[in-house]
Amino acid sequence: MAEKKIKSTEIESSNGQVHASGRVLVDKTYKLYIGGAFPRTESGRYTPITLNDNSVVNICEGSRKDFREAVVVARKAQSGWSKRTAYNRGQILYRIAEMLEARHAQFVDLLEQIGSENPAGEVDASIDRIVHYAGWSDKYQQVFSTVNPVSGPYFNFSVPEPTGVVAIICPQHNPLLALITNLLAGVVSGNACILIIPPINGAVAITLAEVLHTSDLPGGVVNIITGSEAELVPHVSGHMDVNAVVYASDHQDILRLIQSESSANVKRVIARQYEDWSDAELEGPYLISDTVEIKTTWHPIGQ
Amino acid sequence: MNPEKIESPTIDQVGVEERVAKLKSRSIKKDSKVHALKMAMSMIDLTTLSGDDTPGKVRQLCYKALHVHDAYPGLPTVAAVCVYPSMVKVAARHLEGSGIQVASVATSFPSGQSNLSLKLEETRYAVEEGASEIDMVISRGRFLAGDVQYVFDEIATVKEACGKAHLKVILETGELSTLDNVRRASDLAMHAGADFIKTSTGKIAPAATLPVTLVMLEAIRDYYYETGVKIGMKPAGGIRDSKTALQYLVTLRETLGNDWLSPDLFRFGASSLANDLLMQLEKQRTGRYQSADYFSLD
Amino acid sequence: MAKKKNKEKTRIHFDTDWKYDPAPESVEHIKVNKQYEHYIGGSWKSPNEGKYFNTVNPASGKRLARIASGSTSDIDDAVAAARKAFGPWSALPGKERGKWLFKLARQIQERAREFAVIESLDGGKPIRESKAVDIPLAAAHFFYHAGWADKLTYAFPGRNPEPLGVAGQIIPWNFPLLMAAWKLAPALATGNTVVLKPAETTPLTALKLAELIDDLGFPPGVINIVTGAGDTGAALVQHPDIDKIAFTGSTDVGKEIQKSIAGTGKKLTLELGGKAANIILEDAAIDQAVEGIINGIYFNQGHVCCAGSRLLVQESIESKVIKKLKDRMSTLVIGDPLDKNTDIGAINSRAQLKTIQKYIELGAKEGGEIFQCEGSLPDGKGFWCKPTLFTGLAQSSTLVKEEIFGPVLAVQSFRTLEEALTKANNTPYGLSAGVWTDKGAKIFKMTTKLKAGIIWANTYNKFDPASPFGGYKESGFGREGGLHGLSAYVTF
Repeated sequence: MAEKKIKSTEIESSNGQVHASGRVLVDKTYKLYIGGAFPRTESGRYTPITLNDNSVVNICEGSRKDFREAVVVARKAQSGWSKRTAYNRGQILYRIAEMLEARHAQFVDLLEQIGSENPAGEVDASIDRIVHYAGWSDKYQQVFSTVNPVSGPYFNFSVPEPTGVVAIICPQHNPLLALITNLLAGVVSGNACILIIPPINGAVAITLAEVLHTSDLPGGVVNIITGSEAELVPHVSGHMDVNAVVYASDHQDILRLIQSESSANVKRVIARQYEDWSDAELEGPYLISDTVEIKTTWHPIGQ
Repeated sequence: MNPEKIESPTIDQVGVEERVAKLKSRSIKKDSKVHALKMAMSMIDLTTLSGDDTPGKVRQLCYKALHVHDAYPGLPTVAAVCVYPSMVKVAARHLEGSGIQVASVATSFPSGQSNLSLKLEETRYAVEEGASEIDMVISRGRFLAGDVQYVFDEIATVKEACGKAHLKVILETGELSTLDNVRRASDLAMHAGADFIKTSTGKIAPAATLPVTLVMLEAIRDYYYETGVKIGMKPAGGIRDSKTALQYLVTLRETLGNDWLSPDLFRFGASSLANDLLMQLEKQRTGRYQSADYFSLD
Repeated sequence: MAKKKNKEKTRIHFDTDWKYDPAPESVEHIKVNKQYEHYIGGSWKSPNEGKYFNTVNPASGKRLARIASGSTSDIDDAVAAARKAFGPWSALPGKERGKWLFKLARQIQERAREFAVIESLDGGKPIRESKAVDIPLAAAHFFYHAGWADKLTYAFPGRNPEPLGVAGQIIPWNFPLLMAAWKLAPALATGNTVVLKPAETTPLTALKLAELIDDLGFPPGVINIVTGAGDTGAALVQHPDIDKIAFTGSTDVGKEIQKSIAGTGKKLTLELGGKAANIILEDAAIDQAVEGIINGIYFNQGHVCCAGSRLLVQESIESKVIKKLKDRMSTLVIGDPLDKNTDIGAINSRAQLKTIQKYIELGAKEGGEIFQCEGSLPDGKGFWCKPTLFTGLAQSSTLVKEEIFGPVLAVQSFRTLEEALTKANNTPYGLSAGVWTDKGAKIFKMTTKLKAGIIWANTYNKFDPASPFGGYKESGFGREGGLHGLSAYVTF
């Protein structure tokens, strides 16, 4: 049976599914990023996000079980990541900057699609921030370590060590830069991170996961869950195997909830609230020091 | 026996010094102090080891050993008089029947730098002259050079030459440099047949110290647990006053317990200590602090 | 040479004919009032609700003094006084603030004996420890931090540190004056003012410190001391005009505090419980390790958050270590805290004694084999507990898992380094750990893999004002002491 040939361009397409050439575009499915893989959310739920070009993307609504899975893989990955040399961690993180630079245009486009004010500026700043933090990997220890002059025949020194598994709740504004800043400040010292991303930023975050995935970053060191902050936060702060929560979003009631629930296992809670994530204060070693533990070692000096 | 196979634990110097500091902080008062002062007196090897020793000097020392307790009924005599081999006969004559032992240094004391046959001859000579205890020195040079077999064999051979005389083995810890070496030399000496291990000749500084003594006492304890044999301990040199002596006794008590609180298993190699013990006993008796002018120097 | 005797019968007899006579520290010239009030705004204030409680000598059960019981309104007064003092105190040049702290350090040194005796009277700890550890370290903490007061910008490169405001500080009963010093010194050096609440069973040395502060003419309101129990502490934590809470105590209370100040913006440091593993490897300097185990668990009757309460000993040397440990335990002198020869004093309170006894009973029930030294405990109404050791416990035993805060050691063995590390880290706590080995590479492998804030390698229970102290995980967060401790009291 002969079908009537219809040109693609003749089909009404209100949301950019068809290229000007008439070719039907292939959509991207945004999933989660857990343990170096891109699984769908266990919950099967999604949030449709309408982009500026009126196309709709479905962003996974990550669940408590997705988070639980992410903690398991993060915990597994963390010791290996922190055991790598600082030089190696720095190179891998620098590699993220290289990969992001190569995808500069794509991220500008993604940011535009969700209505960012200064997409190109944000991508530039993000790349530069990665470079900034990558460079700290073998230096922050020298800033925060001390040899302590105790009164006695002992050699005594203090060094920072990663806190462990750090959950980061990212804000809606500055989608890429805020994510990058909090992520880099966390992983540079050897922590494994789980990022909670508002669905509106899901496309940016999951596309960034592709960048991370191709940057030699071991699976599980960074995990990205898109979903509702309000829904996930109780599970994040109540989880007994999460060592720290960075709250970079801006709902005071949620921050209070995190601070309260985090007492279950004496989590470190870091509130990081900035209107503009290009703030110069966000560079330097001090963000890194939020998610490290100082370990002090004593040893006799004798024979 | 292969002395290389004797296992000695490592020693942490700082840890030993901290333990010693705690032991030194024990407060010994009243009856407890009198008891300890008398016990210390009974453990003294009253010693003269000088190039200018004469029969006269040794006679005086023996007199002191015999009469030190005249003013204090119930005060024990010292354990022994310790002299060079050439003075053994004089000492033996004066101490005969007193129960006070005659100890003689031997084996080219204090350096030990001679050959084995001469050392053995000297040992036999001292025993023949009447010494019931021989204080030998180990060959520190050989020990530091790693020739533990030589050191071991030498001690074992001297022990044979001693016959019935007790053998005290001087490690000269001031020349061994580390507490690890002190421990190793202690183990070596005990396995080779020492009846006592002794810190020092008194000719080298530092002589006896509490850290060294603690390490040696711990070696004795481990040897006892391993073999069931009780080895004696003799710190020598530098123990001049009662306070120091009491610190040694506290260390002894808390390391080796009751059985070692006896001249059979613990001696002080000292000369001026006896007078200080007397002064302290007098202070305890009268309540007055004493002057050295009231105690004869010998 | 082989003088083999029956080594089965080898035993060292520490019950010697030569005994140590009592050597009591003189309590003459030591003045303890019959009653103490709060110290607020530079003067002594009776409690607004007129309530008092007793502090007792745990060695006799007898009352030492009546102590003001702080109510919410007392806390209000103290916080108001501290707030009033904050402006001038924080505006004082660092050099001048530092000099006040130097004066304080010196005064503590001068009155060291008095402080030591009262510490032992009130808390039951051996006078030897009060004299050698608690009081000198307290003075050293003030001395160390005094010097920071005019150098703070050097501690935070590229930043401008400012004080937080009014700090509420709650301290435990195990090192009363020392903990007061740990809390006060960094807070004051950085320009904060303080309301301090000492523990209810051991308030006396903090109150003596208040006397000293008063004698010095310290600026009023900079240091306020309000005594009381848990309710008083809760009122302090919940006070709306407090900027910072620093708490040392149990993990349970620490969690409550963390929860209760959620959303308030109050800065928090917590120094909580611990269940430290003291790991002895087969190549360790064994006699010094044994001493370290003793010092690790029986120091201050085991009332130490960083106590080495779990002994992990390599299987190849297990029997040797335990034999030596038992010998050493037999030489510990238990009794009058004021006797200069006492190694183990009184348990701090009747309640704590009950807790410890409950654990000892539980240890036996759970199949552990108990060892306690022979000999009797002092008579009378004091609170005493023999140094105790349990062998044959599993990783799942309660005594291995829970903090006892008493002289009870849980012994376990292991075969490999990895096993030791796994067992050591298998706890929600992470305050401290000990490692004993002669091999440098092993030390660093262990110390880097142990998840704890303070690692003692070939030593244990050492403290210094220059050395940061604080835990991982449920042992709390923030550091006290050293450069790192300063950041708990500043903002930028």
